[in-house]
Amino acid sequence: MNRYLLPLAAVILLIGFLVIGLKKGDPRALPSPFIGKPAPAFELPTLADPTVTVGSKDLAGKYSLVNVWATWCAGCRAEHGFLLKLAADKTVPIYGINWRDTRPEALRWIEQLGDPYVASAFDGSGRVGIDWGVYGAPETFLVGPDGIVLHKHLGPLDQRAWQEEFVPKIRAAGGNL
Amino acid sequence: MIRFIAALLAVFMCSSVVAIDNDVAFEDPKLQARYEKLISEVRCLKCQNQSIKDSNVFLASDLRREIRRLIEEGKTDAEVADFLVTRYGEFALYRPRVSGKTLFLWIAPFFLVVFGGFTLYRIVRHRMTLPIDEETDSKGATQ
Repeated sequence: MNRYLLPLAAVILLIGFLVIGLKKGDPRALPSPFIGKPAPAFELPTLADPTVTVGSKDLAGKYSLVNVWATWCAGCRAEHGFLLKLAADKTVPIYGINWRDTRPEALRWIEQLGDPYVASAFDGSGRVGIDWGVYGAPETFLVGPDGIVLHKHLGPLDQRAWQEEFVPKIRAAGGNL
Repeated sequence: MIRFIAALLAVFMCSSVVAIDNDVAFEDPKLQARYEKLISEVRCLKCQNQSIKDSNVFLASDLRREIRRLIEEGKTDAEVADFLVTRYGEFALYRPRVSGKTLFLWIAPFFLVVFGGFTLYRIVRHRMTLPIDEETDSKGATQ
Protein backbone atom coordinates (compact mmCIF):
# COMPACT_ATOMS: atom_id res chain seq x y z
CA MET A 1 0.00 0.00 0.00
CA ASN A 2 2.76 2.33 0.98
CA ARG A 3 4.36 2.17 -2.45
CA TYR A 4 1.27 3.77 -4.03
CA LEU A 5 1.26 6.65 -1.60
CA LEU A 6 3.93 8.75 -3.30
CA PRO A 7 2.51 8.47 -6.86
CA LEU A 8 -0.96 9.19 -5.46
CA ALA A 9 0.32 12.31 -3.72
CA ALA A 10 2.03 13.39 -6.96
CA VAL A 11 -1.19 12.91 -8.96
CA ILE A 12 -3.24 14.85 -6.39
CA LEU A 13 -0.68 17.66 -6.50
CA LEU A 14 -0.82 17.69 -10.30
CA ILE A 15 -4.64 17.79 -10.29
CA GLY A 16 -4.44 20.65 -7.83
CA PHE A 17 -2.23 22.64 -10.20
CA LEU A 18 -4.52 21.84 -13.15
CA VAL A 19 -7.60 23.00 -11.24
CA ILE A 20 -5.86 26.26 -10.30
CA GLY A 21 -4.84 26.68 -13.95
CA LEU A 22 -8.41 26.16 -15.16
CA LYS A 23 -9.98 28.45 -12.57
CA LYS A 24 -7.57 31.27 -13.30
CA GLY A 25 -9.60 32.29 -16.33
CA ASP A 26 -7.96 33.82 -19.36
CA PRO A 27 -4.53 32.21 -19.65
CA ARG A 28 -3.33 35.06 -21.84
CA ALA A 29 -4.08 37.65 -19.16
CA LEU A 30 -0.87 38.97 -17.65
CA PRO A 31 -0.63 40.57 -14.23
CA SER A 32 0.34 44.21 -14.60
CA PRO A 33 3.66 45.07 -12.96
CA PHE A 34 2.23 48.52 -12.15
CA ILE A 35 -0.29 47.37 -9.53
CA GLY A 36 0.63 49.10 -6.27
CA LYS A 37 3.13 51.33 -8.07
CA PRO A 38 2.93 54.87 -9.43
CA ALA A 39 1.19 55.14 -12.79
CA PRO A 40 3.63 55.86 -15.62
CA ALA A 41 3.94 59.58 -16.23
CA PHE A 42 2.55 60.80 -19.54
CA GLU A 43 1.51 63.90 -21.34
CA LEU A 44 -0.14 63.81 -24.74
CA PRO A 45 -2.25 66.08 -26.91
CA THR A 46 -5.95 65.49 -26.50
CA LEU A 47 -7.97 63.83 -29.21
CA ALA A 48 -10.36 66.77 -29.42
CA ASP A 49 -7.74 69.51 -29.59
CA PRO A 50 -4.08 68.85 -30.51
CA THR A 51 -3.01 72.11 -28.86
CA VAL A 52 -4.27 71.02 -25.42
CA THR A 53 -2.51 68.28 -23.49
CA VAL A 54 -3.79 65.76 -20.99
CA GLY A 55 -1.60 63.69 -18.70
CA SER A 56 -0.57 62.63 -15.20
CA LYS A 57 -1.30 66.10 -13.78
CA ASP A 58 -4.98 65.65 -14.61
CA LEU A 59 -5.20 62.35 -12.74
CA ALA A 60 -3.86 63.72 -9.46
CA GLY A 61 -6.04 64.05 -6.38
CA LYS A 62 -8.92 61.74 -7.26
CA TYR A 63 -9.83 58.20 -8.19
CA SER A 64 -9.94 57.91 -11.94
CA LEU A 65 -10.12 55.36 -14.71
CA VAL A 66 -7.65 55.30 -17.55
CA ASN A 67 -9.24 53.47 -20.45
CA VAL A 68 -7.12 52.40 -23.41
CA TRP A 69 -9.26 52.27 -26.54
CA ALA A 70 -9.13 52.28 -30.32
CA THR A 71 -11.62 52.27 -33.15
CA TRP A 72 -10.20 49.00 -34.53
CA CYS A 73 -10.91 47.25 -31.24
CA ALA A 74 -14.14 45.25 -31.08
CA GLY A 75 -14.05 44.96 -27.30
CA CYS A 76 -14.00 48.75 -27.05
CA ARG A 77 -17.32 48.95 -28.85
CA ALA A 78 -18.70 46.33 -26.48
CA GLU A 79 -17.77 48.30 -23.36
CA HIS A 80 -18.65 51.73 -24.71
CA GLY A 81 -22.22 51.64 -23.43
CA PHE A 82 -21.08 50.82 -19.92
CA LEU A 83 -18.47 53.59 -19.98
CA LEU A 84 -21.20 56.06 -20.98
CA LYS A 85 -23.30 54.87 -18.06
CA LEU A 86 -20.38 55.26 -15.60
CA ALA A 87 -19.77 58.75 -16.93
CA ALA A 88 -23.45 59.70 -16.76
CA ASP A 89 -23.63 58.51 -13.12
CA LYS A 90 -20.56 60.65 -12.37
CA THR A 91 -19.05 57.67 -10.54
CA VAL A 92 -15.42 58.35 -11.41
CA PRO A 93 -13.88 60.48 -14.14
CA ILE A 94 -12.74 58.41 -17.13
CA TYR A 95 -9.66 59.42 -19.07
CA GLY A 96 -9.10 57.78 -22.43
CA ILE A 97 -5.91 56.85 -24.17
CA ASN A 98 -6.74 56.54 -27.85
CA TRP A 99 -4.09 54.01 -28.76
CA ARG A 100 -2.61 53.41 -32.19
CA ASP A 101 -5.49 55.02 -33.95
CA THR A 102 -6.09 57.85 -36.39
CA ARG A 103 -7.67 61.14 -35.37
CA PRO A 104 -10.46 61.26 -37.98
CA GLU A 105 -11.62 57.73 -37.16
CA ALA A 106 -11.43 58.27 -33.41
CA LEU A 107 -13.32 61.57 -33.64
CA ARG A 108 -16.01 59.95 -35.76
CA TRP A 109 -16.33 57.13 -33.18
CA ILE A 110 -16.85 59.66 -30.38
CA GLU A 111 -19.34 61.59 -32.44
CA GLN A 112 -21.38 58.53 -33.34
CA LEU A 113 -21.23 56.56 -30.09
CA GLY A 114 -20.97 59.31 -27.49
CA ASP A 115 -18.11 60.56 -25.35
CA PRO A 116 -17.69 59.05 -21.86
CA TYR A 117 -14.25 60.65 -21.41
CA VAL A 118 -13.29 63.75 -19.49
CA ALA A 119 -10.52 63.83 -22.08
CA SER A 120 -8.89 61.35 -24.41
CA ALA A 121 -5.16 61.42 -24.96
CA PHE A 122 -4.15 60.75 -28.54
CA ASP A 123 -1.37 58.16 -28.72
CA GLY A 124 -1.05 57.51 -32.42
CA SER A 125 2.47 56.12 -32.23
CA GLY A 126 1.68 53.76 -29.35
CA ARG A 127 4.56 55.13 -27.30
CA VAL A 128 2.54 55.87 -24.14
CA GLY A 129 0.72 52.56 -24.56
CA ILE A 130 4.05 50.79 -24.22
CA ASP A 131 4.93 52.87 -21.15
CA TRP A 132 1.70 51.64 -19.57
CA GLY A 133 2.41 48.03 -20.53
CA VAL A 134 -0.61 47.89 -22.83
CA TYR A 135 -0.74 44.87 -25.11
CA GLY A 136 -4.36 44.65 -26.16
CA ALA A 137 -7.17 47.15 -26.05
CA PRO A 138 -9.44 47.57 -24.24
CA GLU A 139 -7.53 47.83 -21.00
CA THR A 140 -8.74 49.84 -18.02
CA PHE A 141 -6.58 51.06 -15.15
CA LEU A 142 -7.83 52.31 -11.81
CA VAL A 143 -5.59 55.07 -10.48
CA GLY A 144 -5.83 56.36 -6.90
CA PRO A 145 -5.60 59.99 -5.71
CA ASP A 146 -1.89 59.51 -4.97
CA GLY A 147 -1.24 58.35 -8.53
CA ILE A 148 -0.87 54.68 -7.56
CA VAL A 149 -2.30 52.07 -9.93
CA LEU A 150 -4.83 50.06 -7.91
CA HIS A 151 -6.14 47.71 -10.57
CA LYS A 152 -5.98 46.78 -14.22
CA HIS A 153 -8.84 45.18 -16.10
CA LEU A 154 -8.26 43.43 -19.41
CA GLY A 155 -11.01 43.26 -21.98
CA PRO A 156 -14.38 44.99 -22.06
CA LEU A 157 -15.51 46.61 -18.83
CA ASP A 158 -19.03 45.76 -17.68
CA GLN A 159 -21.26 46.12 -14.63
CA ARG A 160 -20.07 42.85 -13.16
CA ALA A 161 -16.35 43.63 -13.50
CA TRP A 162 -17.04 47.07 -12.07
CA GLN A 163 -18.88 45.69 -9.02
CA GLU A 164 -16.54 42.78 -8.38
CA GLU A 165 -13.16 44.33 -9.13
CA PHE A 166 -13.22 48.10 -9.09
CA VAL A 167 -15.68 48.96 -6.30
CA PRO A 168 -13.93 46.75 -3.67
CA LYS A 169 -10.52 48.13 -4.71
CA ILE A 170 -11.70 51.73 -4.29
CA ARG A 171 -13.33 50.95 -0.93
CA ALA A 172 -10.24 49.08 0.29
CA ALA A 173 -8.09 52.08 -0.61
CA GLY A 174 -10.37 54.31 1.50
CA GLY A 175 -12.44 55.90 -1.24
CA ASN A 176 -16.20 56.25 -0.91
CA LEU A 177 -18.61 55.31 -3.63
CA MET B 1 18.31 14.29 -58.66
CA ILE B 2 21.11 16.48 -57.40
CA ARG B 3 19.69 19.37 -59.39
CA PHE B 4 16.30 18.77 -57.84
CA ILE B 5 17.75 18.78 -54.34
CA ALA B 6 19.70 21.92 -55.15
CA ALA B 7 16.54 23.60 -56.40
CA LEU B 8 14.66 22.51 -53.31
CA LEU B 9 17.42 23.84 -51.08
CA ALA B 10 17.38 27.13 -52.93
CA VAL B 11 13.65 27.44 -52.31
CA PHE B 12 14.01 26.82 -48.60
CA MET B 13 16.95 29.17 -48.29
CA CYS B 14 14.95 31.91 -49.98
CA SER B 15 12.17 31.71 -47.43
CA SER B 16 14.54 32.49 -44.58
CA VAL B 17 15.55 35.71 -46.32
CA VAL B 18 12.04 37.16 -46.08
CA ALA B 19 12.12 38.98 -42.76
CA ILE B 20 9.26 40.53 -40.82
CA ASP B 21 11.43 43.38 -39.68
CA ASN B 22 11.69 45.78 -42.63
CA ASP B 23 13.48 48.55 -40.77
CA VAL B 24 16.86 49.76 -41.93
CA ALA B 25 19.73 47.82 -40.40
CA PHE B 26 22.18 49.48 -38.03
CA GLU B 27 25.34 50.68 -39.73
CA ASP B 28 27.42 48.98 -37.09
CA PRO B 29 27.10 45.19 -37.58
CA LYS B 30 27.79 44.70 -33.85
CA LEU B 31 24.75 46.78 -32.94
CA GLN B 32 22.68 44.97 -35.55
CA ALA B 33 23.70 41.61 -34.06
CA ARG B 34 22.76 42.81 -30.56
CA TYR B 35 19.45 44.11 -31.86
CA GLU B 36 18.62 40.85 -33.61
CA LYS B 37 19.50 38.79 -30.54
CA LEU B 38 17.42 41.04 -28.30
CA ILE B 39 14.31 40.99 -30.46
CA SER B 40 14.49 37.21 -30.80
CA GLU B 41 14.37 36.94 -26.99
CA VAL B 42 11.40 39.22 -26.38
CA ARG B 43 7.95 37.72 -26.32
CA CYS B 44 5.27 39.35 -28.40
CA LEU B 45 2.63 40.00 -25.71
CA LYS B 46 -0.21 40.13 -28.19
CA CYS B 47 0.70 36.95 -30.04
CA GLN B 48 2.18 34.97 -27.17
CA ASN B 49 4.58 32.18 -28.15
CA GLN B 50 6.07 34.28 -30.90
CA SER B 51 9.03 36.56 -30.45
CA ILE B 52 8.75 40.16 -31.60
CA LYS B 53 11.24 39.23 -34.30
CA ASP B 54 8.80 36.74 -35.81
CA SER B 55 5.60 38.67 -35.41
CA ASN B 56 4.15 41.37 -37.61
CA VAL B 57 1.39 42.66 -35.33
CA PHE B 58 1.81 46.36 -34.64
CA LEU B 59 2.68 45.85 -30.98
CA ALA B 60 5.71 43.80 -32.04
CA SER B 61 6.84 46.48 -34.48
CA ASP B 62 6.32 49.15 -31.80
CA LEU B 63 8.48 47.17 -29.39
CA ARG B 64 11.15 46.66 -32.06
CA ARG B 65 11.13 50.41 -32.63
CA GLU B 66 11.56 51.06 -28.90
CA ILE B 67 14.42 48.54 -28.61
CA ARG B 68 16.08 50.11 -31.65
CA ARG B 69 15.78 53.53 -30.02
CA LEU B 70 17.26 52.26 -26.73
CA ILE B 71 20.21 50.67 -28.54
CA GLU B 72 20.79 53.90 -30.46
CA GLU B 73 20.78 55.75 -27.15
CA GLY B 74 23.60 53.46 -26.04
CA LYS B 75 21.64 51.40 -23.52
CA THR B 76 23.02 48.01 -22.48
CA ASP B 77 21.16 44.72 -22.97
CA ALA B 78 20.35 44.67 -19.25
CA GLU B 79 18.84 48.15 -19.48
CA VAL B 80 16.71 47.11 -22.44
CA ALA B 81 15.51 44.07 -20.49
CA ASP B 82 14.71 46.39 -17.56
CA PHE B 83 12.69 48.64 -19.83
CA LEU B 84 10.54 45.69 -20.89
CA VAL B 85 10.19 44.07 -17.47
CA THR B 86 9.06 47.27 -15.71
CA ARG B 87 6.29 47.61 -18.31
CA TYR B 88 5.25 44.08 -19.13
CA GLY B 89 6.68 41.96 -16.34
CA GLU B 90 9.14 39.08 -16.44
CA PHE B 91 6.88 37.26 -18.89
CA ALA B 92 8.07 39.52 -21.72
CA LEU B 93 11.48 37.87 -21.69
CA TYR B 94 11.93 34.41 -23.12
CA ARG B 95 14.95 34.06 -20.89
CA PRO B 96 13.72 35.38 -17.53
CA ARG B 97 16.33 36.88 -15.25
CA VAL B 98 17.20 35.09 -12.03
CA SER B 99 15.28 36.71 -9.20
CA GLY B 100 13.16 35.70 -6.22
CA LYS B 101 10.12 35.37 -8.45
CA THR B 102 11.79 33.34 -11.20
CA LEU B 103 14.19 31.30 -9.05
CA PHE B 104 11.81 28.36 -9.05
CA LEU B 105 11.78 28.32 -12.87
CA TRP B 106 15.54 28.17 -12.93
CA ILE B 107 16.13 25.53 -10.27
CA ALA B 108 13.13 23.28 -10.97
CA PRO B 109 14.78 21.39 -13.90
CA PHE B 110 17.90 20.62 -11.84
CA PHE B 111 15.75 19.58 -8.93
CA LEU B 112 13.70 17.27 -11.18
CA VAL B 113 16.82 15.68 -12.71
CA VAL B 114 18.29 15.01 -9.26
CA PHE B 115 14.96 13.72 -7.96
CA GLY B 116 14.46 11.51 -11.05
CA GLY B 117 18.01 10.17 -10.84
CA PHE B 118 17.56 9.34 -7.18
CA THR B 119 14.27 7.54 -7.89
CA LEU B 120 15.87 5.58 -10.73
CA TYR B 121 18.78 4.63 -8.47
CA ARG B 122 16.37 3.43 -5.78
CA ILE B 123 14.41 1.30 -8.27
CA VAL B 124 17.53 -0.23 -9.82
CA ARG B 125 19.02 -0.98 -6.40
CA HIS B 126 15.78 -2.57 -5.33
CA ARG B 127 15.58 -4.75 -8.45
CA MET B 128 19.17 -5.89 -7.96
CA THR B 129 18.27 -7.37 -4.59
CA LEU B 130 15.36 -9.38 -6.06
CA PRO B 131 15.98 -13.11 -6.68
CA ILE B 132 16.53 -13.80 -10.40
CA ASP B 133 13.55 -15.60 -11.83
CA GLU B 134 15.09 -18.25 -14.15
CA GLU B 135 11.82 -19.07 -15.90
CA THR B 136 10.81 -15.57 -17.02
CA ASP B 137 14.43 -14.85 -17.91
CA SER B 138 14.71 -17.76 -20.34
CA LYS B 139 11.28 -16.98 -21.76
CA GLY B 140 12.35 -13.43 -22.39
CA ALA B 141 15.45 -14.68 -24.19
CA THR B 142 13.61 -17.01 -26.56
CA GLN B 143 11.09 -14.44 -27.64
